[in-house]
Amino acid sequence: MAKRTLPDPKPAPQEIQRVSTPDELETPVLSLSQLAWRRFRRHKMAVAGIVVLVLLVTYCILGTMFVSEDYANHTDTSLRLQPPTAEHPFGTDTTGRDIFARTIYGGQISLLIGLTAMIVEIFVGVVIGALTGYFGGWLDSLLMRMTEVVLIVPQIFLLLVMAKFFGGAVPNINILGREFSGSVIVIILIIGLTAWPYTARIVRAQFLSIKENEFILAARATGAGTWDIIFRHILPNSIAPIVVAATLGIANAITLEAYISFLGLGVRPPTATWGNMLEGAYNYIDQGIYWLWLFPGLLILLIVLSINFVGDGLRDALDPRSRAV
Amino acid sequence: MTRYIARRLLQAIPLLFLVSLLLFVMLQNMGDPLATMGGRTMTRSEDRARLTRQLGLDKPIVVQYLYWLIGNDWAKIDLDGDGIAETPGIRKGVLRGDFGYSLVNREPAMEVIMERLPNTLLLMLSAEVVIIFGSLLIGIYAALRQYSFIDNLITTLSFIGYSMPIFFVALGLMYIFAVNFKAWGLPYLPTVGMFDPRVGKTFWQVVWHMILPIITIAITSFAANSRYVRSTMLEAMSQDYIRTAKSKGVPRRSIIFIHALKNASLPIITVIGLDLPFLLGGAVVTERIFAWPGMGRLFIDHVSRADTPVVMGILMLIAIAVITFQIITDIVYAWLDPRIRYN
Repeated sequence: MAKRTLPDPKPAPQEIQRVSTPDELETPVLSLSQLAWRRFRRHKMAVAGIVVLVLLVTYCILGTMFVSEDYANHTDTSLRLQPPTAEHPFGTDTTGRDIFARTIYGGQISLLIGLTAMIVEIFVGVVIGALTGYFGGWLDSLLMRMTEVVLIVPQIFLLLVMAKFFGGAVPNINILGREFSGSVIVIILIIGLTAWPYTARIVRAQFLSIKENEFILAARATGAGTWDIIFRHILPNSIAPIVVAATLGIANAITLEAYISFLGLGVRPPTATWGNMLEGAYNYIDQGIYWLWLFPGLLILLIVLSINFVGDGLRDALDPRSRAV
Repeated sequence: MTRYIARRLLQAIPLLFLVSLLLFVMLQNMGDPLATMGGRTMTRSEDRARLTRQLGLDKPIVVQYLYWLIGNDWAKIDLDGDGIAETPGIRKGVLRGDFGYSLVNREPAMEVIMERLPNTLLLMLSAEVVIIFGSLLIGIYAALRQYSFIDNLITTLSFIGYSMPIFFVALGLMYIFAVNFKAWGLPYLPTVGMFDPRVGKTFWQVVWHMILPIITIAITSFAANSRYVRSTMLEAMSQDYIRTAKSKGVPRRSIIFIHALKNASLPIITVIGLDLPFLLGGAVVTERIFAWPGMGRLFIDHVSRADTPVVMGILMLIAIAVITFQIITDIVYAWLDPRIRYN
């Protein structure tokens, strides 16, 4: 839903003293990526996050070898709301579909939405952030007003309105022989197009500080063009916070999709996502039916949690000011 | 200071116009408002055409926006479709406090919203109080025992809480405290509505029904806020004046709560002030799940029926609230911290 960043754990003075033990002061010669990987490895939860993430992706991909999509979308009302059994490990839903099979195919869509919405978000955010940060002036004030406009209404409200606005009559689409509900595309676009202001602000701040450096002046003196300076000199130097924002953006997009779908304006059935599997689950909770929401909910929690840990690890690992090896 | 406030307010006005224009254009094309009107199906095309004219939907979008903004009682509208505008308009426009009539139940949009607003405010204010006290307690406790087992546990738990979607928290709490407690014969919490209709809307009924929604909203906010309290407290506790206070022999309790917390509370105020959009967003989902008759649920119900006047009213209220809170936060911040002066 709402995008709220955990505060950057600013080390208190004691913490800084703690990390600079004598053997760490003798830094071996390492490349930047080696350094980052060493720091990342030290963040145990981030490593655990990577492992869980790989497991979840494997689950969604390898699962297709055991169950077909037709089976995942197969309804059989005589089997509705069956509790978990050996045949249906996660039970069946309100129209008798197998929840286990749907978590596999739903996971693919959730991951797809997370990744592509992040790409849209990062693309728009980087372009706008770079333009405003580099050129400043009227372009900056215009585009920054635009970010404010998007930020002023809480994202979930914007998303619900946009889902309704664009979601009217989108035909089903066919990609690689699989039928997708067109609402998937709508959800990807609206999440990407409401989330970019956060990225744009980060990129803008980076550009504002980096463009004042001497090496930019040197580049300009040697005759580098404006686009060269933006894309080859400044952008690579601000990649660290963008990578972190992109990682957290995936988790955010997956959560947002789940929220919109949960509220009934998201991806339309029969296409499953972890979010729309939860839709209406609360209507059956009084009957003690937990499997409708527990399994897709747990999967969402697991993937968002592991991505957030990875993002936190990346933030520590890519921080150029960090001296820990 | 007065000049600063005035400037902020003046800057907010064009922003609000821009937001309203953008939302209005989107909302007017949100779907067919006539299709869901009052639950009736309009079969006769003359009826459709007449209603379209009555609602002004035949006008270009800019004119529709103008009518929404400043009303149409200065213009004449063509009700019978003969091409001659003869009936004077009756709408006063948003700037004069008229948000139009709900397309769903023909009541004034503002009345529909105002009926629900107190319920949302009640839920959110109570949740905010719980969030503030809870995160202060958790954050201070973690800061005073930095790197202890409890501190690490709190860190891990706040990551989990932060990653947890609100509906998952809500459904989990419902399942444990309402469904299972009922099954085990324990006193169980209600899951639906504001009060039991058999008992009536008494104070204790409302409190009883508020417990689960409040915990739901609070759990997801505890995570980020308590981390914030922890880091500002750690920073405050390492200051020289804390060392001085300690060496003077000031009791530990008053060092923590008076010397440190007072200074650490400045950044915390910012977080609280800027928390509003997240709380409002959380309220949508929470109200929907717990069938709480608030603004968030109203919003979802009326978005899905393309009821522009009500949806627009809610969105504008939210936009105004968010901007107002941003300004108030800045002012309170400057007022509390003598080092900050806005010019």
